[in-house]
Amino acid sequence: MTAELPSEATAAPSGDLARFIDTRGSLGRAADWLRRNLFSSPSNTVLTLLVLVLLWVVLPPFLDWMIFDATISGDSKAACTGGGACWTFIKLRMHTFLWGHYPPEELWRLAAAVALLVAFGVPVMRERVRHRGLFVVLLLTVFPVLAGILLVGGVPGLPYVDTSLWGGLMLDIIISFVTVAGALPLGILLALGRRSELPVIKYLSIGFIEMWRGVPLLTVLFMSAVMVPLFLPNGVSVDRLIRAMVAFTLFNAAYMAETVRGGLQGVTLGQEEAAYSVGLHWWQVQMFVTLPQALRIVVPGIVNNIVDLFKDTSLVTIIGLVDLLGAVNQSLKDPAWLGLAKEGYVFTAVLFFVCCFAMSSYGRSFERRLNRHRTGRAKHEP
Amino acid sequence: MVRRPSARAYVGQWVFLLVVLAVGGLLVSELADNLARRNMHFGFGFLFAQAGFDIPFHLISWSIFDTYGRALLVSLLNTILVSAMGVVAATLLGLVVGVMRLSVNWLIRNIALAFIEFVRNTPQLVQIIFWYLAVLQTLPSPRQSIVIPGGLLLNIRGLYVPDVVMRADGSLLTWLACFILAATPFVWRLRLRGRRLGAKALVLPVIAAGLLAAGIEQVEFPSLTGFNITGGTQVPPELVALWAGLSIYAAAFIAEIVRSAIEAVPSGQAEAARSLGLRSGQVLFLIVLPQAVRMMVPQLTSQYLNLIKSTTLGAAVAYPEIFQIFAGTVMNQAGKEVETIVIVMAIFLTINLLFSAFMNWYNRHVALVER
Repeated sequence: MTAELPSEATAAPSGDLARFIDTRGSLGRAADWLRRNLFSSPSNTVLTLLVLVLLWVVLPPFLDWMIFDATISGDSKAACTGGGACWTFIKLRMHTFLWGHYPPEELWRLAAAVALLVAFGVPVMRERVRHRGLFVVLLLTVFPVLAGILLVGGVPGLPYVDTSLWGGLMLDIIISFVTVAGALPLGILLALGRRSELPVIKYLSIGFIEMWRGVPLLTVLFMSAVMVPLFLPNGVSVDRLIRAMVAFTLFNAAYMAETVRGGLQGVTLGQEEAAYSVGLHWWQVQMFVTLPQALRIVVPGIVNNIVDLFKDTSLVTIIGLVDLLGAVNQSLKDPAWLGLAKEGYVFTAVLFFVCCFAMSSYGRSFERRLNRHRTGRAKHEP
Repeated sequence: MVRRPSARAYVGQWVFLLVVLAVGGLLVSELADNLARRNMHFGFGFLFAQAGFDIPFHLISWSIFDTYGRALLVSLLNTILVSAMGVVAATLLGLVVGVMRLSVNWLIRNIALAFIEFVRNTPQLVQIIFWYLAVLQTLPSPRQSIVIPGGLLLNIRGLYVPDVVMRADGSLLTWLACFILAATPFVWRLRLRGRRLGAKALVLPVIAAGLLAAGIEQVEFPSLTGFNITGGTQVPPELVALWAGLSIYAAAFIAEIVRSAIEAVPSGQAEAARSLGLRSGQVLFLIVLPQAVRMMVPQLTSQYLNLIKSTTLGAAVAYPEIFQIFAGTVMNQAGKEVETIVIVMAIFLTINLLFSAFMNWYNRHVALVER
């Protein structure tokens, strides 16, 4: 093992103290930083040099491929004459990757849905906002209905767009959104059920949660695609996308339930006792005392769950829905664009990375805010 | 208990149970109707019928004349193989990256951070398909195989590893070696009462290794003859891609677990060890990691379970694991939608329960005994 544990001895005085002591110029400070972080001991120096050599070997060919030798102009594979990546392919197929085969003349509806999402989402995300809970409920109930009407259509002024035309990243986002809107309330109910003192409710909840958590998501999706039609009355059929969404919702509700349960356990028993002693009923206690405190603690955990389920939406490719990954798979089979697997999957990975990293960063910043809030409050307590 | 639920709630829960049972009964009767209408019968008798399809990669013998039941066994073994390979590789890689995350060296620390962030924020399925289609399928043909030090060959047909041929009369030696290895932990426990084992702990494993080595007739290295590779064992590219996808993804999560567990070990422990004159490697391996491990076990368990469940993603690269064979080939061929899905789900539930039971036992074993 070559890495070392950070030791207090090597760490320099930080913050104001360091600035106070340090009377050298910026060059001196830079040299000091280098010495401390890269060349603090002989073994550390060797390690740094080794890594630098490795980066020197790996990075230039990678950058050449990604940027310097890459092609993005032109409108066929013939344009890709450089030795690098052929981003022309991505550029020309971008619309399929983003929104599948949604009719081009109806694209304004997609833009309107995104604008609605921003309008509903901003009050939820902002740092200091009153009635955040109310905005979350609006985002999870009113917005999906409005966006659903916009995207599906079938009402006067909005022609009907079949869900089989939906695709690309748009499909991943829609599935994730519907899943969160369904799985969060269901997960809260299951978490409450698991802590219930009623034996039937408790064991039904435990059974439900552990069953979904014990099986792979792919089997659940296959069940929705292949098995569910056999359980429906003759002549009744449910859209394939809706079946997949239901599968995602049930599956993720079990994971949400476990996250929320962690938060419920973090609320001290005294809170509940006090609420009962002023005469509140069970529902009132949960709604007004326990849940508001528990949910605030578990926001980072829920964000993690959402990132996970967003990544998992790429699995719908295997049951034949054309999400971002499915669209890339399909485009790569086009005879005019053979042999571009690297470009296709690097693009997919980067696009997913941008979305997921943004969400995880938000979760982390929320967690920091939460901790600051908590330690701040603790200071004032006697 | 804060307060007893009301009598109404007690009655209500039984009503709820009745509703759940009624809905369940309704669904089952619909299923029976639908199956009858399609002239299908629910049952697992098909497991004894001849399968008639080929499984390209199998650990035990397989021919198209074998039954669906044996196909279940073959594919289950494939699932277990890739799970075991994934768990081992993910643990080792995760440990290394997790320790790198805490290095005093800025470069090492941030390379580990970049690795973790990128891997954790991209879908596992994309990673597996990337390894398969964008890396392994673009490798050179066998004639231009990439030679990996240690006698390994890598080409479009997969990874060729050296094959160990045991002497025909050496099986007794092998069995003896296995027996000694299996008995080692028990002997350690007997001898451990009250004192440290030290270098003596290695006596039995070394004897076992010697016996195994004595049973080897020769090691066959893969080599190129004509257009083909002879000798050695071929690891198919599907397995390599799935293995890489599973272990790299899990390693990023395990690295974070390792990091947080190491950070949770009170810094006084490492400081005390250093002040006694231990070197940084000794501090890590003798003082910090043993204490961190017991904090990691519950989280590691859930990562391992995720990895095992994710082996089903092998279906995307056509690795013949249980999901690909049963929910794919067998379902299409035998037309047993309900039965095949039920079998696959039941198997994963069982694996899950057994594995959590084992890890809970291990957790109790290593957990701190409070005095």
